[in-house]
Amino acid sequence: MRYAEAGYNLEIDLATGNIEKVETDPKLMELHLGGLGTDVKIHYDRVPPETQAFDPENLLIFSAGLLCGTPTFSANRMLVSTISPQTGLLCYPMAGGFWASELKYAGYDKVIMRNKSPKLVYIYINNDKVEIRDAAHLKGKGALEVQDLIREELNEPDAQVSAIGLAGENRCFGASIEQSKSSASRGGAGAVMGDKNVKAIAVRGTKDIYLADGPEFMKQLKILADWIDHRNHNPLPNKNIMTIHTGVGSPQAMKIVDEKWHTQGFAWGNSRRRRKTFWNDELEKQWTEIQTKALRRFISCFNCPQQCGALITHEDTPRYMAKCFSKLSYMFAAEIDEQGFNWEILEPAFQYGFDSFSTPQVLAMGVELRKDGIFTDEDWEGCPTDIAGTFFWLLDKMARREGRVGDLLADGCYGACRRLGLPEGKYDHNNIKKHEQMCVKLGMMDPLYYLMYATNEKVSITQMEGNWPQEPFREMADREEFVKDWPHLPDDRFKKWFLDWEPRGEFANPFYPTKEISAELVDWMEMLHNIDDALGICCGMGSFCLKPAYHIHNYTKFINAATGLNLDEDGLRKAVNRSRNLHRALQNRRGLRRKDEVPPKDHWKHRFPEYEYELLSYYYNFKGWNMDAIPTRKRLEELDLGYVADDLERRGILKDDPDLVYVPNDNVSREEGSIYLQDGQSDFYIPDDHVSRKEG
Amino acid sequence: MAKIKNKIRTIKINADLCNGCRTCEVVCSAGHATPRFSSNNPARARIHVITHRLENIFLPVFAGENTPAQCLGREKYVIDGKEYSECSFCKASCSARGRFIEPDSGLPLRCDMCEGEEQPLCVEWCLNKVLTLEEREEEVEEEVKLGEMEFGLQSLVEKHGLEKLVDTIARMSQKR
Ligand code: SF4
Ligand code: SF4
Ligand code: SF4
Repeated sequence: MRYAEAGYNLEIDLATGNIEKVETDPKLMELHLGGLGTDVKIHYDRVPPETQAFDPENLLIFSAGLLCGTPTFSANRMLVSTISPQTGLLCYPMAGGFWASELKYAGYDKVIMRNKSPKLVYIYINNDKVEIRDAAHLKGKGALEVQDLIREELNEPDAQVSAIGLAGENRCFGASIEQSKSSASRGGAGAVMGDKNVKAIAVRGTKDIYLADGPEFMKQLKILADWIDHRNHNPLPNKNIMTIHTGVGSPQAMKIVDEKWHTQGFAWGNSRRRRKTFWNDELEKQWTEIQTKALRRFISCFNCPQQCGALITHEDTPRYMAKCFSKLSYMFAAEIDEQGFNWEILEPAFQYGFDSFSTPQVLAMGVELRKDGIFTDEDWEGCPTDIAGTFFWLLDKMARREGRVGDLLADGCYGACRRLGLPEGKYDHNNIKKHEQMCVKLGMMDPLYYLMYATNEKVSITQMEGNWPQEPFREMADREEFVKDWPHLPDDRFKKWFLDWEPRGEFANPFYPTKEISAELVDWMEMLHNIDDALGICCGMGSFCLKPAYHIHNYTKFINAATGLNLDEDGLRKAVNRSRNLHRALQNRRGLRRKDEVPPKDHWKHRFPEYEYELLSYYYNFKGWNMDAIPTRKRLEELDLGYVADDLERRGILKDDPDLVYVPNDNVSREEGSIYLQDGQSDFYIPDDHVSRKEG
Repeated sequence: MAKIKNKIRTIKINADLCNGCRTCEVVCSAGHATPRFSSNNPARARIHVITHRLENIFLPVFAGENTPAQCLGREKYVIDGKEYSECSFCKASCSARGRFIEPDSGLPLRCDMCEGEEQPLCVEWCLNKVLTLEEREEEVEEEVKLGEMEFGLQSLVEKHGLEKLVDTIARMSQKR
């Protein structure tokens, strides 16, 4: 008997229509848990590194995390993994909603799709019965509306449907996959789904998911429920942290109106300028009125007591569901102060199935290209003259890939600029690894964010941080109060680091947290995300939240009671680090090196080129990677990944090169310096003698 | 028949607070699994959260009586301008649809108010306080209450007739 897992994957060859139910090896759960962990293993084993996003060999995997379908609160993540058309690397956008648990109840952990369907289809999984059905009549339907249409057509009101809209059908790089209130957005997995001609996957399941030790599991869940209840009734004081982060769950952007922090802290337009005096009482009044009216009901994902999403009924706009920062992203990009605009444009954006982080940025860049005459009168014909109208017009063009404007912008900021032959970073300045980032432009370089931005496999660090306050607390008394009740930390050193952390002076950014502390903090937070992503737990309840429900000291209790494994904390760390290093090796095999690990050049105003270089080198070494961001043989062998070391060596990726060994530089210059070269060409700093530089 | 004091359990449902999470379905099915909490499966739950998200319908419904033959009189609701198909909001376990029918045995499911538990599991685990328990004592005529097994058997009797059922059970016991 399999516990927690269903124990089967569905393998679908879209070209031939062949469907197989394949029993999985229980050993894989021990090695990689599930969700992202086992997905990475499949991609590593089966997808050659030459494969590109729109090649038939690219796999599109929909998976449910290890604990999805068990009573684990908030274990509802559907994780989609595939080679991203945007970055060329493995992307793994996730969505909450109700699909992943339904897949488990239907008896599967993953749906693995290969090749392409000759015509537009949708897949219907009803327990053991799996069909590929014609979707010609659903072509062009909205990603939300089609979910209801499919339920009606199947006469199965309880089916859960994940679907793409026009953006996915037309292979727009920012295409999302929509599911109930949730979206799997980042990296363009929706475009791969469209390329494979799959409009939607509908699932209905009525089977049992077993727990190895049910009573123990429920006992642990009760403790967790009490903590959540406690946190829901006792939000953290908002003196030092922004209000949307005072509770547990995803940031409560739907509930909270006070947007001083976002509006003044984030950058507007094509992530160009901050408006440091934006917020005022009048706005707060206006926005409260609009938001209160627009929000019809707060809603959640499967088996989660929180309410991060909302049903939106804004004036005449057709209804939809929204969550999180999407509330502001289009306004920011359009530089419109009217919240109503955002509620209006989100509806077509979700129906087209667009990522609400990348898309506004792409539209804003389109407007810049027009201002600078790169888009011509002819390109712009038919575009309304006002900015709101322009955004609606561009969104529509892009979803349809219509005209030069639509077709270019559909390839995202990086893709559009390269096709236009523009110098890298001039307009597409807010990218990492070719992927649009949050519109954040700040003053002082922050070592934690530097490392997260540079190295994280998610590429977008959206929600990568979370367990550590974003800024130090001004007063010692507040810090002392905060560390008192903080059982989530791995050990007491972390408390000391927090107590020592100052807003100004020697113990402040950029040199504090020190490189040693920064490495520990970032590695710990990233690990938490990887645990959540393997288990299918919402990061709002674990890794992206201050004082959350799940943490390093209680994950194993749920895993063990659910699966029958006997993991201790070290065992869990090892399993998840195994998957993380396999993931890194996979990206390395696809070409990722140190030269790619670069935060946007204008992300901070104050930069410290030599120190940043040392910081990153230290971090690589801390992780057991060489100076070109590749795991060493020693590290791989420690994690039972000797076969990966062999593979990387055989391919000439991993070399026994003394130049790639870390040599600590404790006298590194702390001089502030420009990361822009004198001739105006932007570049990032690498010492002249570094091997990556020599290799280009 | 003698009068006895009966504890009446009423669950008050404040549907306005429901976020549609279906935790109630999960814990109900886990609590009724044998052994208790050994598995879960919302399709076995005795509560079902009827959701039409865009229409703002989030309605927890508890499994009621079994209708052996489908009802002759049915209801069609129109809410907020949208018409819902027949039986959409009915709480009966009924052969007209799959709701409140055990997925493998096909036997009807009925909410037993978690008899024996201190409070119903769905009430205990709904952190949004949608479900609250009200208990009161009432004097009622003593009647024989159907237990879990009888409730299932009753529906088989209604479907196949008592004689056939008895015959089948007799045959099965001989085979053992
Ligand atoms: S915390 Fe919010 S986003 Fe996360 S599962 Fe719960 S409702 Fe969904
Ligand atoms: S647990 Fe409560 S909030 Fe969740 S669906 Fe059930 S009744 Fe609604
Ligand atoms: S009262 Fe008990 S049996 Fe009835 S729905 Fe709630 S949990 Fe299920």
